[in-house]
Amino acid sequence: MNKITNHQLFRLIVAHFAEIIREPAVIFWGVVFPILMAWGLGIAFTQKGGAQVNLAIVTSDSNHKKLHDPKLFSFLEANAVKKDSSFSLALTNQKLGDTKLSYFVTSSSNAFKMLKKGEVSVIIEADSTGSRYYFDPANAEAKAAYRIASNVSAYGIASYGSNQQEIRPLSLSGTRYIDFLIPGLLGMGIMMASCWGISYTIIDRRSKKLLRRMVATPMRKSNLLFALITARFVMNLAEALLLFLFAWLYFGVKIQGSWPALILLFIAGNIAFSGISILISSRTANSEVGNGIINAIVTPMMVVSGVFFSYHNFPDWIIPAIQWLPLTLIADSFRNIFNEGAGFTDVWREALALTSMGIGSFAMGMKLFKWY
Amino acid sequence: MTEVPYIVEVRKVKKSFKEVQAVKGVSLTIKPGEFIALLGPNGAGKTTLVEMIEGIQHPDQGEIFIAGKQWKSHRHELHLLIGLSLQETRFMDKLTAYETMRLFASFYKLNSNRVDEIFTLIGLDDKKKAFVDNLSGGQRQKLALGVALLNNPQILLLDEPTTGLDPNARREIWNILLDLRKRQNTSLILTTHYMEEAEYLCDRIVIMDQGNILAEGTLHEILTLGGGHRSLDELFISLTGRHLYE
Ligand SMILES: Nc1ncnc2c1ncn2[C@@H]1O[C@H](COP(=O)(O)OP(=O)(O)OP(=O)(O)O)[C@@H](O)[C@H]1O
Ligand SMILES: [Mg+2]
Repeated sequence: MNKITNHQLFRLIVAHFAEIIREPAVIFWGVVFPILMAWGLGIAFTQKGGAQVNLAIVTSDSNHKKLHDPKLFSFLEANAVKKDSSFSLALTNQKLGDTKLSYFVTSSSNAFKMLKKGEVSVIIEADSTGSRYYFDPANAEAKAAYRIASNVSAYGIASYGSNQQEIRPLSLSGTRYIDFLIPGLLGMGIMMASCWGISYTIIDRRSKKLLRRMVATPMRKSNLLFALITARFVMNLAEALLLFLFAWLYFGVKIQGSWPALILLFIAGNIAFSGISILISSRTANSEVGNGIINAIVTPMMVVSGVFFSYHNFPDWIIPAIQWLPLTLIADSFRNIFNEGAGFTDVWREALALTSMGIGSFAMGMKLFKWY
Repeated sequence: MTEVPYIVEVRKVKKSFKEVQAVKGVSLTIKPGEFIALLGPNGAGKTTLVEMIEGIQHPDQGEIFIAGKQWKSHRHELHLLIGLSLQETRFMDKLTAYETMRLFASFYKLNSNRVDEIFTLIGLDDKKKAFVDNLSGGQRQKLALGVALLNNPQILLLDEPTTGLDPNARREIWNILLDLRKRQNTSLILTTHYMEEAEYLCDRIVIMDQGNILAEGTLHEILTLGGGHRSLDELFISLTGRHLYE
């Protein structure tokens, strides 16, 4: 009779956990999808090894008048490997890393098509008077491509490898895009899993009249919510560990700061979003309405909280507001711990803020909560 | 508790939802071991009345006593006393029938022995391991009945427990209920749209329409009431000018 396995809290946690892990979609969206996202974005934005720069050379103007720059072509003939109508130029620099320039000789209309598709970042119009470089100066990648290409054609390919003495490469970890991304994804995982996992479950239960059936028994209401939150927390922890494991093994992402501080923050983040989830699911019994509410909470934070890119690109006046969003608090503090070696003293305020948000929302949610 | 003459006593209870007056001042008493049926067309207020007795909805006016106690002050105690099935409940799709029953058993601090007993009682032994998702409609209703019976309730409140069941399954449920009364003097409040069910199972029939009780008594009593009607439908026409079921 007093066996733990007969206790209602135990059975509620088991039931909720079973419900989570038996849903294949949950496993996909919770575990596989974040890893795929980290992998895809990590590959796309983290340069491993040599850089690749693509340029187009326009050989005729819009009137089909033949353009010809003997200097540029003789430079390429001498230094680059020619294949069909393209040249590939290998530049070496021990400290900067090697760079490969690919020049595609093509018509001007095709060159602009390639530029729009992102296949080339610079267009070179070459004739006897010299070379003209067309690119968007606001695009840092294009600007760098221009500098390299114009330098080597003026001073020779050896110039790329010169000045070795003045370059002092920093091998700081925590400065790559993937180092920025992973803490953000971990925070986003907590938000998404809590909001969909807890809120949606409650709303769905309410609409199926299961909530009212359960509270028409001696079950303690607090046990039901506690079990729901606990099962979610365990799942969130597993998902976070798997994502971190992947990032660590595949990209070498490291936690430079304090593990206990990270755990504290993880718990605080879960408290915050559990509370918010209870609040947003406190009344509606309509899953469509529920969908809308959850999206309205989750989507803005996903965009502004700096999961994928820094929120410092937003106007200055709005940044303080963004910084107090729960997802921003989590993502920023995770980043501090991961990349800047932060410890307890650096993140306790954020942890406290998150916990208060969670408890406040929970209390408000309980006031509004419709069990029947 | 059986010293109380009435196990359930409903006094002048009213309930409205915005413009709809779902229950308009209903009084009703039920003795221990008595089976009563609530009969009436859709929207008559049967579910609303039953859910107020179950403590799920709160009357706007009037009082409800169960074993002499009220929901406000004796919630936990009354929960232990009643068993119920709602008109529509979907249990968790991804749990098995057995896990569902274990879950509800834990609310009453009951162990797996009681769960096994219930499965035998409702005749779902071979479906213990099936996911709720994969049960047929009738099997789900049996599961809901099993959940209602877990705590050996003194009062059983079943809202359309046999709707959509085939005649055999319906008869099985009737037998389970009659057997329960024989063994432990359970009281039953049942809502139904089947006149033969009310007739076969219940001591008393309560006919509701538009939030009021139109007639109440044994089948014989209510038929002779308005001057010798041959069927409930005929009685209903004489009371309201409408058919009970079109
Ligand atoms: N939550 C609610 N909000 C608004 N109106 C409601 C609500 N619940 C019931 N009603 C209304 O109260 C009236 C009685 O409903 P109730 O469910 O009690 O009928 P019923 O006799 O059980 O009908 P049925 O045989 O269809 O189950 C109906 O008019 C219904 O529309
Ligand atoms: Mg009903």
